[in-house]
Amino acid sequence: MKLPVKMTINGQQHSHEVEPRLLLVHYIREVVGLTGTHVGCDTSQCGACTILMNGMAVKSCTLFAVQADGATMTTIEGLAKNGDLHPIQQGFWEKHGLQCGFCTPGMILAAYQLLERYPKPSEEVIRHQLEGNLCRCTGYHNIVKAIQWAADNMAAAKK
Amino acid sequence: MATATERLFGKAIKRREDPRFITGRGQYVDDVKLPGLTYAAFVRSPHAHARIKGINVTRAKAVPGFVAIYTGQDVKVGNLPCGWMLPDIKVPPRPVLAQGKARYAGEPVAIVIADSAYAAKDAAEAVQVDYEPLPGVANPKKAHQRGAPALFDDVAQNQSFYWTIGDKNATEAAFRSAAKVVSLSFVNQRLIPNAIEPRACLASYASATSDLTLWVTSQNPHVHRLLMAAFILGIPETKMRVVSPDVGGGFGSKIFVYNEEVAVSWAAKTLGRPVKWTAERRESFLNDAHGRDHVTDAEMAFDRDSRITGLRVKTHANLGAYLSTFAPLIPSYLYGPLLSGVYKIPTIFCEVWGMLTNTAPVDAYRGAGRPEATYLLERLMDRSARELRLDPAELRRKNLIPAFTGGPVYQTPVAFAYDSGNYEPALKRALEMAHYTEFRKEQEQARQQGRLIGIGVSTYIEACGPAPSAVAGSLGAGAGLWESGQVRVHPTGAVTVFTGSHSHGQGHETTFAQLVADDLGIPMEQVEIVHGDTAQIPFGMGTYGSRSACVGGSAIYKCLDKIKDKGRRIAAHLLEASEQDLEFQAGKWSVKGAPDRAKAWGEVALMAYLAHNIPQGMEPGLEATSFYDPSNFTFPFGAHVASVEIDPETGRVKLLRYVAVDDVGRVINPMIVDGMVHGGIAQGVGQALWEHGLYSDDGQLLAATMMDYALPTAGQLPFYETERTVTPSPVNPLGVKGAGETGTIASTPTIANAVIDALAGLGVTHIDMPLTAERVWAAVKAAKK
Repeated sequence: MKLPVKMTINGQQHSHEVEPRLLLVHYIREVVGLTGTHVGCDTSQCGACTILMNGMAVKSCTLFAVQADGATMTTIEGLAKNGDLHPIQQGFWEKHGLQCGFCTPGMILAAYQLLERYPKPSEEVIRHQLEGNLCRCTGYHNIVKAIQWAADNMAAAKK
Repeated sequence: MATATERLFGKAIKRREDPRFITGRGQYVDDVKLPGLTYAAFVRSPHAHARIKGINVTRAKAVPGFVAIYTGQDVKVGNLPCGWMLPDIKVPPRPVLAQGKARYAGEPVAIVIADSAYAAKDAAEAVQVDYEPLPGVANPKKAHQRGAPALFDDVAQNQSFYWTIGDKNATEAAFRSAAKVVSLSFVNQRLIPNAIEPRACLASYASATSDLTLWVTSQNPHVHRLLMAAFILGIPETKMRVVSPDVGGGFGSKIFVYNEEVAVSWAAKTLGRPVKWTAERRESFLNDAHGRDHVTDAEMAFDRDSRITGLRVKTHANLGAYLSTFAPLIPSYLYGPLLSGVYKIPTIFCEVWGMLTNTAPVDAYRGAGRPEATYLLERLMDRSARELRLDPAELRRKNLIPAFTGGPVYQTPVAFAYDSGNYEPALKRALEMAHYTEFRKEQEQARQQGRLIGIGVSTYIEACGPAPSAVAGSLGAGAGLWESGQVRVHPTGAVTVFTGSHSHGQGHETTFAQLVADDLGIPMEQVEIVHGDTAQIPFGMGTYGSRSACVGGSAIYKCLDKIKDKGRRIAAHLLEASEQDLEFQAGKWSVKGAPDRAKAWGEVALMAYLAHNIPQGMEPGLEATSFYDPSNFTFPFGAHVASVEIDPETGRVKLLRYVAVDDVGRVINPMIVDGMVHGGIAQGVGQALWEHGLYSDDGQLLAATMMDYALPTAGQLPFYETERTVTPSPVNPLGVKGAGETGTIASTPTIANAVIDALAGLGVTHIDMPLTAERVWAAVKAAKK
């Protein structure tokens, strides 16, 4: 049995017939072909699959594609606009917030929601808000710095 | 853009690989797709030890999308080889798929292939295996006892090897005449690497040409090709290409040749269709090679002045059910020779029993043997300080090897000859940065208020870039330990560099481009780094043991010498000057004293290819290949200090500050080195406080998901305060030593010492890692009784 799904990803409409058990992350990676969203675990711990769904950071390995029917989503591929990096992406680059790059898309999108909720986050808030995203390379030091950089630059841009 | 005159060596340059990663355009193995792709899933033993009496595949074959199933009976290939032999070692055969018996939970029993990943998993689940469970054993010391379950009929008491280093008689004598002996028995617990990208592979076979291409998450694609072609699949190396594109972390776990990539390669060839497998995290837990897992008794002897006179060590090292690719090396030559640390120890004797158990194979994990040695030494130093009633920092200072840089080497009693070192400044600086003296006063006041705060110190020495090949060969290595580099200058002057080392997060594309651009005086934009493809790179040993810069970088550097040599001859010819009169600077050759008479890099490169006017007899073109075999290891060192506070009610450890002073020699990109130190520290803290690859006594992995295995999170860690001293390595032309593992080596004992320091007032002298809230709480409770 297959069910129809329709969703908007990075501004583009997609509609397919999918198995009800198909995970959203596999829909994004295998059906739509956007491989920037990664799978790092089976148990919703690592956050490598984090995307924005209707404005919320969600773990796309923990949703079925059919649950996202009608949703509007942003994946890492859709964050830069017209070739201009988002300040969070820029921050990760400036502050060496990544090494192997595998957790990075999820980290950046988790940071996106973090900064919407807390535009001027303290170090403690950043660290607490990132607890659902694991990185094995950076020890988080430069990820926190990258998000601080982004917060400062986004605040400056609003002035 | 860097200008031609700017020095790039030593500059914190932003990474060139980042734009693709931050925009989701990295290309990892699981991102690769081919037409006609099929997907593999593995049937794995749920038992730690069981006889396989039969496999029924009928139901699996009925699953829609099913393509094929192969068991150990079908896959007729060689066993997975072990690449390091020790004297009298027993290497039991390790089949690609279990043959007759499964020896650890998670061992692959069959490979199932279907036209989608979901169908492959459905079909694997439908396979019925008739197991006869056997008693299992997980602890290496228990496995050694008479009557313990035997994994192999011909391996008595499950002992794969017995290995020693040092002088037994001299050490016994030192202990007989000691004024004080301090002993410590402990477990260095098993860890599970958990690179965030799970292992994956994709094999494709072209029957028209008999070419097999394997994309695999490997830290060393040529090693994969060599072992698979020569020992397992039995095909010519020329007919196999291994590609390791972007790889999401390794930490050792992606060095080794595993069952899955062999089974997938064989299946792709047999089926004539491409086959892909990507591990679920649970499979990573069960079948990626684990790390550490030592059970150790150690003793240190002191004279009346609290100077160390001897060290005696007995370790049971858990190797798992089979010997992984480099398993025997880790608890032997990467462990025993590190036991002198940065201390003057006149005599050492270390015995290691390499044990087979019903657990996943154990091999190199970040640090690999060196963290185990350092933890032993540094916990023992701390305990000794307490028993000798000395400050732990003072006992260390008193026993340091005096500075000997530039002088003769320092020969330890356990094989290593340290070629440069000045250990006291790093310790002094780390103590200063951590305000050690002030902390001790604060601690006194805190104790009176019932607060438990502690400060921990650890020094370390590391041995990076294992070398030279001839010595390694005499010690049992099945591989050379050199590295290759190839530098191809194009007619426009742009440069492609091919390196045999591999980046899976280390940033080679930036660091090596910096190195080359700096030396040639050309912009970094003109330098491209290629790695991870056996079809493009002459050969390579890959990346492990913090060797990329010191061995891989040096191989590239040697190519540059050859290139500049030929370039100078062309320039001299064009300028009608003698070679000796030319100098090379900022990307051009000019006549000394007449800077206007010059030939730029690009002009010389073009002429090398036009060949219209080059010295008579010279071959056209401008490229060079080098194979660099270092004459010795490099020896980074340093001192780390951390402070913690413990909640006496819950046992929870809060990390207050973390200070690291490292000496990794000259630094090419300080931003990248700092980043590696940070990540290393976090992994070491993880071992000290949270991570435990715990097996039940009979071999069931109790921590087989990220829910049960506690990886460090952002909220548990502070910012790290890092500094460096710089003692260049005299071994390689770059003066670099390696920085990938220092953090992991030093941070585990630093944290453990800090926690025990906080509890010392209660009379606690040791707790085995991980120092979880529960364990600390129990120790506090027991101490208060």
